[in-house]
Amino acid sequence: MSRSTTWRRRRQVREGGIAALFLAPSLLVFGVFFFYPIGRIVYLGFFQQNQTRTRQRYVGVEQYAEVLTGEEFTEGLRTTLEYVLLTVPAGLVLGVLLAVAANRRLRGIKVFHTIFSSTVATSVAVASIVWLVLINPTVGYFEVDWLRDPDMALFGVSLSSIWQNLGLTFIVVLAGLQAIPVELDEAATVDGMSPARRFFTVTLPLLSPTLLFLVVVLTVFAFQAFAQIDILTEGGPAGATETLVFKIFKQQQGGDVGEGSVMAVGLFAVTLLAALGQFLLLERRVHYGSDRR
Amino acid sequence: MSGVTFDQVTKRFGDVTAVDSVSLEIRDREFMVLLGPSGCGKSTALRMIAGLETVTEGELRIGDTVVNDVEAKERDIAMVFQSYALYPHMTVRENIEVPLKTRPYVVDGGAPRKLHKPERAERVAEAARILGLSELLDRKPGALSGGQRQRVALARAIVRRPQVFLLDEPLSNLDAKLRAQTRVELVELHRQLATTIVYVTHDQVEAMTMADRIAVLEDGRLQQVGAPREVYDRPANLFVARFIGSPPMNSLPGRVRGRGGGAWVEVGGGRLPAPDVDVADGTQVVVGLRPEHVRTGDGDGDGAEGLPATVRAVEWLGHERHLYCDVDGTPVIVRDAEEGEGSLRPGETVHLTAARHHVHLFDAGTTERLGP
Repeated sequence: MSRSTTWRRRRQVREGGIAALFLAPSLLVFGVFFFYPIGRIVYLGFFQQNQTRTRQRYVGVEQYAEVLTGEEFTEGLRTTLEYVLLTVPAGLVLGVLLAVAANRRLRGIKVFHTIFSSTVATSVAVASIVWLVLINPTVGYFEVDWLRDPDMALFGVSLSSIWQNLGLTFIVVLAGLQAIPVELDEAATVDGMSPARRFFTVTLPLLSPTLLFLVVVLTVFAFQAFAQIDILTEGGPAGATETLVFKIFKQQQGGDVGEGSVMAVGLFAVTLLAALGQFLLLERRVHYGSDRR
Repeated sequence: MSGVTFDQVTKRFGDVTAVDSVSLEIRDREFMVLLGPSGCGKSTALRMIAGLETVTEGELRIGDTVVNDVEAKERDIAMVFQSYALYPHMTVRENIEVPLKTRPYVVDGGAPRKLHKPERAERVAEAARILGLSELLDRKPGALSGGQRQRVALARAIVRRPQVFLLDEPLSNLDAKLRAQTRVELVELHRQLATTIVYVTHDQVEAMTMADRIAVLEDGRLQQVGAPREVYDRPANLFVARFIGSPPMNSLPGRVRGRGGGAWVEVGGGRLPAPDVDVADGTQVVVGLRPEHVRTGDGDGDGAEGLPATVRAVEWLGHERHLYCDVDGTPVIVRDAEEGEGSLRPGETVHLTAARHHVHLFDAGTTERLGP
């Protein structure tokens, strides 16, 4: 081995060491708070608790097969998907409309920017209480009893979520709109496009990366929704608003750690697949601006 | 084809007057350059023609039509933006095709109608051919060089065959070499299309080389309109005089003496022959001298004609020489064709002279041109 290759080898080893050193803190945090818990949940899914929850025994993969095909999980999944469909498209459309309306230079427009984005700074609990009051049949503004109607309860809960997510959607879409050069809109005007045509042929395509991001984030939010359901309906009436997360919570409450863990792993897999699917399906229709062909 | 007329046009943004009562007639098929420093109102004037800004006061006409209240998309104009403003998500072909999809067109003298797909394809191909873009039609703007993007923007403009082309600093994002080349191409394109072009720039070289006429603006006001030669040889005021030309015209304080063919100006302990101007003997003026019109000599003793000056620095650029001199505290640049750096050294004294018809006089108060 020549001297220079020895030297290079030595340098590689040293650089590798330094790289590991830099990575160590974040790896440690991820390991302790992310990878270990996930591994632990997957592991717990292989065990079954006895009636009094004092002992557990190994039951293996069977528990996964049983729970993931069982009625609890599939119903929870269906409710969750309904909830996604109720909250994501509506939230996105409303957010885009608000952002487009507020994306202009007017005196005092900053006030509206602040108002429209304020729900970001609102906690889920506050948002839920606001809507609990709004759709209360006696004191509420809408004078309806949706939260106690099994057919309308999920819709009632999603109103609160749509409202709560609106601030984030508004901010992200507004930022996306402001990243589009003004000259493009002016060029489109000079090229003879009407405002509606400008929006659909220029603005919307250039906004598509932002919208993809929001679709994925809002979907994940919807999959993870818990507090608003707990506060507004507690899963009821008659389990009509029991999403997967809520069912997992109930099971853990009851001490059934094994089944709950399996459902948690199931939810993780579904969320992951949904996000991946959205990327694969939608990314082809997304224009990332000037750097790609 | 048609011209554009500004009739006492004013544009105000709140308290700021961007364009101040400008009257300007841009003739049919003319290459008109709006020239001025940044913030002079030239871009605002252009954007008013495009319909991107409203007219506050006055009347703006394209051809014979008053367009004050005509929407941008209804105007028969095309615009090239400084940033080119190409649609990044569309191919070059789609970019060029956009204006053809949005408006009705007159075909073979018939009533205006939407173009069919083959007609659009034909016009896109034609525009692409003129600008040498035929090979690039399926690329997206992101995959093009600056010069290519600029040509796409031009193609998108010419494909419409509009009455008027508006160009807003279209060369400023190109490197020096490409800029010089594109100047020539734009002049050729203008000849080929035989249409009105309004071209905005802050670069006097672009104005001088391309314009049929130049309109010089400052602080929203029109300073002078004329052919490049005219604006260069007879600047209407000190601003125009110093804005056009590189290095800029020298300006020195002086005092007019005498009348007629024997008039002269006293400048910093010397004197120069002066054109015949209608002012009282002893009137304070500003003397303007283009660097290339100043001659150097060793002085013939009495200093009767000429300005004693001290050489500060000598620059030899290969094809010309710049002398930085000092005339009684006022800097004066001399530009000549001396081979090499010559014998002059900083600190030496020279005698600066100029021919009578090369001496410009401006009113010391208003800075307006005096005399012919």
